[in-house]
Amino acid sequence: MPGSPDVVVVGAGVVGAACAEALSAAGRRVVVVDRGAPASGTTGAGEGNVLVSDKEPGPELRLAQVSRELWPDLLAGLREEIGPSAAEAEWDPKGGLVAALGDADAEALAAFAATQRDQGVRAEDITPRRARELEPHLTPRVSGAVLYPDDAQLQPVLAATALLAAVRARGGEVRAHTAALGVRRDRSGAVAALATSAGDIPCGAVVNACGPWSGAFAEAAGVALDIRPRRGVVLVTAPLPPGTVRRKVYDADYVGAVGSDDADLQTSTVVESTAAGTVLIGSSRERVGFDDTMRVHVLRAIARKAAALFPVLERVPVMRAYGGFRPYAPDHLPVIGPDPRLPGLWHATGHEGAGIGLAAGTARLLADLVTGADPVLDPAPFRVDRPALLAEATA
Amino acid sequence: MSERLTARIDGREVAVTPGETVAAVLLRQGRRSWRTTRGAGRPRGVFCGIGVCFDCLVVVNGVPDVRACRRRVAEGDDIRVQHGAELPR
Amino acid sequence: MNRIAVIGAGPAGLAAARSAAAAGADVCVIDAEPAPGGQYLRRDALAGARAHDPATALPPGVEHRPDTVVWAIEPVPGGHRLHLRTGPADDPGRTGATVDTRALVLATGAHDRALPFPGWDLPGVFTAGAAQALAKAQRLAVGERVLLAGTGPFLLPVARSLLDAGARITAVLEAGEPVTGWLRDPAGVLAGSGKLGELAGHLAALARHRVPYRPRTTVVAAHGRDAVEAATTVRLDRDWNPVPGTERRVEADAVCVGFGFTPQTELAVAAGCAMAEGFVRVDAAQATSVPGVFAAGELTGIGGAALSAAEGEVAGAAAARLVGRDPRPPLAALRRVRRGRRFAAALAAAHPVRPGWTTWLAEDTLVCRCEEVGAGELRAAARERAASAARPLKLVTRAGLGPCQGRVCGRNVAELLGDPRLADGFARRPIAAPVRLGELAAGNTADGTNTCAGPR
Ligand SMILES: Cc1cc2nc3c(=O)[nH]c(=O)nc-3n(C[C@H](O)[C@H](O)[C@H](O)COP(=O)(O)OP(=O)(O)OC[C@H]3O[C@@H](n4cnc5c(N)ncnc54)[C@H](O)[C@@H]3O)c2cc1C
Ligand SMILES: Cc1cc2nc3c(=O)[nH]c(=O)nc-3n(C[C@H](O)[C@H](O)[C@H](O)COP(=O)(O)OP(=O)(O)OC[C@H]3O[C@@H](n4cnc5c(N)ncnc54)[C@H](O)[C@@H]3O)c2cc1C
Ligand code: FES
Repeated sequence: MPGSPDVVVVGAGVVGAACAEALSAAGRRVVVVDRGAPASGTTGAGEGNVLVSDKEPGPELRLAQVSRELWPDLLAGLREEIGPSAAEAEWDPKGGLVAALGDADAEALAAFAATQRDQGVRAEDITPRRARELEPHLTPRVSGAVLYPDDAQLQPVLAATALLAAVRARGGEVRAHTAALGVRRDRSGAVAALATSAGDIPCGAVVNACGPWSGAFAEAAGVALDIRPRRGVVLVTAPLPPGTVRRKVYDADYVGAVGSDDADLQTSTVVESTAAGTVLIGSSRERVGFDDTMRVHVLRAIARKAAALFPVLERVPVMRAYGGFRPYAPDHLPVIGPDPRLPGLWHATGHEGAGIGLAAGTARLLADLVTGADPVLDPAPFRVDRPALLAEATA
Repeated sequence: MSERLTARIDGREVAVTPGETVAAVLLRQGRRSWRTTRGAGRPRGVFCGIGVCFDCLVVVNGVPDVRACRRRVAEGDDIRVQHGAELPR
Repeated sequence: MNRIAVIGAGPAGLAAARSAAAAGADVCVIDAEPAPGGQYLRRDALAGARAHDPATALPPGVEHRPDTVVWAIEPVPGGHRLHLRTGPADDPGRTGATVDTRALVLATGAHDRALPFPGWDLPGVFTAGAAQALAKAQRLAVGERVLLAGTGPFLLPVARSLLDAGARITAVLEAGEPVTGWLRDPAGVLAGSGKLGELAGHLAALARHRVPYRPRTTVVAAHGRDAVEAATTVRLDRDWNPVPGTERRVEADAVCVGFGFTPQTELAVAAGCAMAEGFVRVDAAQATSVPGVFAAGELTGIGGAALSAAEGEVAGAAAARLVGRDPRPPLAALRRVRRGRRFAAALAAAHPVRPGWTTWLAEDTLVCRCEEVGAGELRAAARERAASAARPLKLVTRAGLGPCQGRVCGRNVAELLGDPRLADGFARRPIAAPVRLGELAAGNTADGTNTCAGPR
């Protein structure tokens, strides 16, 4: 790249890749650095749900709705620009089905869906019978269900690498195996360069997209940012015949776990088939720092709930368990936008269990803010200097 | 080699020596493949012989994804070839 | 907790159990097979209950848990917990148990490495180990006209077993230097003189049966519609590039290939043991980097059954010491380990897999058999997506995501893409053997009890 870049994005996960893509589409010269390989962090360790169904009314739901609209167009644009093979991301707008297994859960689910409908989410209450027509292997114990036609799925590593391919095609650079060590400031105190393991990269702006490691990078840059890891594990079955699980199917108790602060093990069942025929069964939520030891009681808890939802899975082999660390802020909202404490530093992080889905909207919002365009949605709830974050940072 | 076991392979009764694996019984019958792949429908049989490659999968008593090279035949076993990915019965 | 758990009842595991028991320790041997012996000491499975077999026998008091697979391992305070399933292979009705142990000996052995070539996924192409196991345990010859190809001295006992099982061997093809010509490291070879005698016996048997033994030659294609009918053999140069004009078509109904071994390291990796070049790193007492975990046999390096047994003896004594016993220092075994490792190093130097094998592949030759990923597709995806670590590589190419979990393709993918270190990422398999979802769901979530201790 002749001359120095306008922006260096730190982190080549799906969020960093999407931000780099959006910034390069807006005409910025972009370099992406990652201390590992692209998509080798959380993005390579999760599932690919692009969901509106699991979000309660509020800023995250708005971001999810914006993102859900952007993803198909974004991917279609990539297909035209870099060709169908390099842009393939296994996008599948298959819809989601949330099933309740008890009367209490059914009522709670119906009430929850009603609040989402008020926000423009398509959510259809369906009978247990209809649910089993749509998902023939669903347990007969289902007591109520809601269909979310807009829930979709993509393969996160394919999505991230496709976005990065577009960045490269436009003259941007992706430097793998290059660690960001901090930032250099100019005399006014603004960002002048990113310090890396391969030397300084002079630039006008740095985007912190380090996922669960965002707090560490922010600290190296000289500002506090409270982003923590939340462990999640997924089971993978042997390949099953097409149609065994048709949509994304969740146990209605999913809703309760998302925003919780409980350190103990929680599991919420999400069952989905992949393009390769395997079924992914997620997932757990635990606060165990960055400890990646596989714990059998966690696998068991996930397995039990999945078997309750789809009894046919009981005799299906589980080939693998894998997991990662969801990056979350104390108030469980992403952090997107400029850091007023350090001009030139931007954040795009803290997406917890929804970063794949939220990446497209996050990137658009960030690019809008960087270029001074009309923001695609209200950025205020995601500010880094919001009270919930500052309180933790100073505590 | 005292008693013999009886099992069924694709519906046909066969006599089996105790200790024989499903793979050995099939190979002894002259069959070299008994599974088709999910993708291109390619024929597969034994490859590694010790439970590592998962090429030799069969359906035993309604349960698919059983490694024929590791599974010993038991009296009355109902063994079937596996076509691609199958669901348990 | 003071019970020593040994995983694997091959030469290494058996020796570990014996030496730990001799020191007075309480020992439990867990093995996936119905009978002890592992790969080298695999016995005729059709002979019914057999008379006392000193080579595979365990001393009284040692518990042997056959038909039992260890599918997971996790740390617990003061040691490790093993998760077991006992019963017919892959059956959903196996019974579960857990074992907590302060001293664990991993002796899980190795499996053959096969290199891909056009047609290697046709039925009738086997690993050499498959042919060996079927001949030894099931009295079955994999074919009537068998072509045996690969590298290293292990081809010879396989040929011998095939002849014993009644097969006709068309030829034994050694891709590297002839086994008889190991004169580059005479001292190293001498260190394994016991093994040399055994090999000389096999060579004599080949000569008796007029089986040609051809160095610097291999199989580069298998042909047939639904199964192997013929193969193409070719001469190789030093780097294993085919020498043009030397192709020959050979009729064969079975092709057996073995290009060395890949250690079964999933439990060691899951336990967090430090690795070196794909093998578990151990110190002089066979201790791994994880306190309380010892490793012995082929998973620490490929050196044959005698070295495996010597390492097992050392590991068993060290494990016994850890649980408070006072074993005699295994001086003789330590000497045998030292000598054995020299032999192993000479072996590895004499039979490396050379890079030219990647030229045998056509664009559509499957590299990952499970997910049916061809070589061309693999290279293109890796390039297009700039995948430079194992996890993203697997997810963009699909190689290694299928039922074998990269056991067969991991090293081949890594070498094909020019970065052998990528193979480490394929070796991470926290679920060491498949379990049915219901087996997982039914398990006890509370803390495990040492159910290995039960009455025999
Ligand atoms: C089990 C599980 C299931 C999930 N399921 C879903 C789902 O279905 N749908 C969904 O939307 N989300 C899901 N998620 C969440 C989603 O995976 C994350 O929100 C998302 O991947 C975060 O992306 P990221 O780019 O912010 O972080 P990452 O992918 O972690 O990327 C951060 C990158 O920064 C790099 N980095 C860190 N520090 C430095 C440094 N100092 N210098 C250079 N590089 C650095 C890292 O190497 C890494 O590649 C799941 C997560 C888990 C764990
Ligand atoms: C198929 C085959 C045939 C061979 N034949 C010969 C031969 O004839 N001559 C020769 O010199 N060398 C042979 N070898 C090389 C041979 O591996 C070694 O010489 C010797 O057997 C190594 O001993 P070991 O104790 O390290 O492992 P092994 O003998 O391989 O024993 C390992 C044992 O661990 C068990 N195991 C592994 N993982 C688990 C788990 N998760 N749970 C429970 N049990 C587990 C296995 O079932 C096996 O019984 C052969 C290798 C293979 C793969
Ligand atoms: S032949 Fe490889 S698993 Fe059975």
